[in-house]
Amino acid sequence: METIVSIKPLLALLVALAGSVMVMLSGKKPNIREAWSFVAAITMFGIIASMIPTILPAPLGLGKKILLPLFKILPGVSVTLRVDAFSMIFAVVASFLWILAVFYSAGYMRGLQEHAQTRFNACFALALFGAVGVAFSDNLFTMYLFYEIVSICTYPLVAHHQDEEGYEGAKKYIVYLTTTAKGLVLPAMILIYVLTGSLDFADNIHTGIFSSGVIDAHGLLVTALYVCCLLGFAKNGVMPFHNWLPGAMVAPTPVSALLHAVAVVKVGVFSTTRVMLYVFGVDTMNALHLGMPTAYFVSFTILMASVIALSKDNLKARLAYSTVSQLSYIILGVALLTPTGIEGGIIHIANHAFSKITLFFCAGAIYVATHKKNISEMSGLGRAMPFTFAAFAIASLSMIGAPPVAGFVTKWYLLNGALDAGQLGILVILLASTLLNVGYFAPVTFKAFFGKPPAGEVYTGIKEAPLTMVVPLMIAAIISVVIGIYPDFIMNFVKAVVR
Amino acid sequence: MDFLVLNNGFPYLSALIFLPLVGALLLLAMPGENACRNWTLIVTVGTALLSLPLYQHFDATTHLYQFGEHHVWIPGLNINYTLGIDGISLLLVLLTTLLMPLCVLGSWRYIEKRVKEFMFCLLLMETSMLGVFMALDLVLFYVFWEAMLIPMYLLIAVWGGPRKMYASIKFFLYTLAGSVLLLVAIIALYLNTNPHTFSIPQLMGQGFSPAFQTWVFLAFFLAFAIKVPMFPFHTWLPAAHVEAPTAGSVILASVLLKMGTYGFLRFCLPITPAATMTFMPYILWLSVAGILYGGFTALAQQDMKKLIAYSSVGHMGFVTLGIFILNSRGIEGAILQMINHGITTGALFFCVGMVYERTHSRELARHAGLGKYMPVYVTFLAFFSLSSLAFPGTNSFVGEFLVLAGSFSKSMVVTVCAVPGAILAAAYMFRMLQRIVWGAPQNPDHTGMLDLNTREIVTLAPLLFFVLWIGLSPEPFLRVLHVSVNHLLTQVGTLPPSGPMAVAKLMIP
Repeated sequence: METIVSIKPLLALLVALAGSVMVMLSGKKPNIREAWSFVAAITMFGIIASMIPTILPAPLGLGKKILLPLFKILPGVSVTLRVDAFSMIFAVVASFLWILAVFYSAGYMRGLQEHAQTRFNACFALALFGAVGVAFSDNLFTMYLFYEIVSICTYPLVAHHQDEEGYEGAKKYIVYLTTTAKGLVLPAMILIYVLTGSLDFADNIHTGIFSSGVIDAHGLLVTALYVCCLLGFAKNGVMPFHNWLPGAMVAPTPVSALLHAVAVVKVGVFSTTRVMLYVFGVDTMNALHLGMPTAYFVSFTILMASVIALSKDNLKARLAYSTVSQLSYIILGVALLTPTGIEGGIIHIANHAFSKITLFFCAGAIYVATHKKNISEMSGLGRAMPFTFAAFAIASLSMIGAPPVAGFVTKWYLLNGALDAGQLGILVILLASTLLNVGYFAPVTFKAFFGKPPAGEVYTGIKEAPLTMVVPLMIAAIISVVIGIYPDFIMNFVKAVVR
Repeated sequence: MDFLVLNNGFPYLSALIFLPLVGALLLLAMPGENACRNWTLIVTVGTALLSLPLYQHFDATTHLYQFGEHHVWIPGLNINYTLGIDGISLLLVLLTTLLMPLCVLGSWRYIEKRVKEFMFCLLLMETSMLGVFMALDLVLFYVFWEAMLIPMYLLIAVWGGPRKMYASIKFFLYTLAGSVLLLVAIIALYLNTNPHTFSIPQLMGQGFSPAFQTWVFLAFFLAFAIKVPMFPFHTWLPAAHVEAPTAGSVILASVLLKMGTYGFLRFCLPITPAATMTFMPYILWLSVAGILYGGFTALAQQDMKKLIAYSSVGHMGFVTLGIFILNSRGIEGAILQMINHGITTGALFFCVGMVYERTHSRELARHAGLGKYMPVYVTFLAFFSLSSLAFPGTNSFVGEFLVLAGSFSKSMVVTVCAVPGAILAAAYMFRMLQRIVWGAPQNPDHTGMLDLNTREIVTLAPLLFFVLWIGLSPEPFLRVLHVSVNHLLTQVGTLPPSGPMAVAKLMIP
């Protein structure tokens, strides 16, 4: 693949950083502050979108890779940015959804008259800086650096309410994420460096960076390193280190939406899959028989989290466990190690992002309009808030995997991937989880539209949340449908990854 | 003098050593407190500027001692005035000259009584610390080593906190015990060479008998292990740190602790290599014990200075681990980590001193929730805390990475046991940071707390600059180490690994 040097990825990152600084400086004037957030978001998306023609594979684009070396730390360890098809999937999605989230959080935070909105917006921009940094990393060190930046910068967002519950959730959050990063990823990274003398990602998903000599001599060690990476990037929500995610739901809903459905958790799965494909590589994983054990291991998370989600009445908690479950689809797909399986896993990064942000946006809109958090209290609300619940219904269908919404594309590829790999067990797990998804999503919409309000409650005066909230959530829902009907745009990138 | 590149031009090293001393003598003539402060600042900044040519003219391609000076001192006993620096001492010299002006700035308002005497002690400290790093003759080394003891004792005993007498005497006794053993080892070495010599480079590679090496090693080791301080010889450290004034804590943590590890590198490894190999496994485990003990104890502290003091025990554990791994990555990482610890922990002590000046308390709980009132302060504190927990992109990460990389190729088990130390570092630093920046739902009233003034920002900014510089581009600092470290490894007899695969082979038993 042809490589070119361009400053664009750095510019995209600096825009987010500068946005954060400008937000802090203009804290006294809310309108100007929000304007800065918006300008930063739209500029960042613009810069990232301008790289699409360079990256998109021929004949639609040039099919090149962008590299930008920044700092050299040690021989084989550097801070280097890379933009390839895989990075673009994540970067485009994250930066686009940031624009929606800026509008949405302005409506949400003002609607609830939240405190410390300046800090909130500044940290939001910093979190995006970290997330896109992860997407644009060319080596394990750069990725680890941005991964940790995301952890630090989202702490203030999770602790936003500064009450006991907020501090407790934030503490859990930072303890889980730092312990796993420092205790598992760091030693794994150092050992990979000791074994190979480099931390750079491979050029394609097949070869990995371990020579066959290393794999023959230290197969067991390489397997251990793989396990460390799989569990160490705990933002991926794989059990047993998933508990930070439900805990972090104490954060304001825009945070849950963007960060815990898109940026933070996607940083986790993106890092995990990047390492699986570009550090270990399909060939190494096949040679060491790592694929299927991983697939079955994350299957446990898929099923278990769905079962827990069934038991949750708090809407955000149910969505949180749904996230835990859905994230593992991505890892499962990649672990199948067949082209279709990997494609299904990767495209779910985008599909899940659009659908899950819709669901969280809806949860926030319901809260702002009615101050209700529990599903049992939402019976009959659909008639008062038709747009919100329609969007919720669309996104639920996507989560379930029904056509013609985005999630169906994922399911289709995953099922095909499982068949290609000859794994009937995985097929059964996918079908079982689909049923569970129906079980915990369908009642929400059904009761909202067809249920009766709880006894003694009258929904007079309840209307849709402000437009700044409803419009973004509708856009996200519509995009879920668009991807479902026309997945080719994103599939171009996905196919370029697998090629 | 085949080990020395003699310096025929301007005697930089002597000038560096004696400039603060001359400054101290002239200080006695200064009228008024402010004149004393300004004068000391000028002298220390002058010394710092004078040390810059050392880096500029340093030849990184030779292991020989550079900028050498050699004068006969006491011919009858073959005692000479020999100075010289190599890659190992260069950075420590520069660290010392960098920190001293900052110490003066950090004590500007903190020290209100006996300002002249305080500044006098600071300048005496600078002379003797630089002397320790430059001396190549054991007697000269010992003179400087002991000369540090009195001014440091005074810094704690005169300008210290409420329990200053206890802390200063404990410090004095511990260090003195180490010094006596050091003196015994020096005399034993002198008597065992033919012709008798005190020259440090000439004592290297003498091939002393294993039994003799063992005794000398143990004497050296105890002296330096107390200074580092290695677990279990660390108990003087928290007491001394807590009671010392800010500048005292900074000098103690940033420079004095490094003398222990410098001693390992300069004496134990090259003079007694056989004994080093014998004791290596025990020292590795002792280092791991220090890393874990320091981490757990720091996690339990309510006093900010104590927390940082115990974190030093953990960090210095990583340094000794790196040194006794005896490969180039480990030792280079250890030396870099010595510099990093000097910068970061020094900065953290400055930070504690700055709130102490405002509230006269070091309690974590007393300062909960400062973030809202002192945003500039907590920004600095956050960066230094992140550096202390080896956040990627900061200086400590590079050092820790190298130490652990070296350690993994030596022993899997030891390294895996050391890794929790990195988690603990994150735990206690985040705990401190969380308390100070956020606190709890109910925080003490901080109205009227002033954020940092220009002088305080000027004190911290250079340190932050180095945190990020070493973190993102450590090559200028590592460059000067390679040849000296490889030479050291040749002296010990563990040749540097030839490539990644060679390392890997060593790793799996």
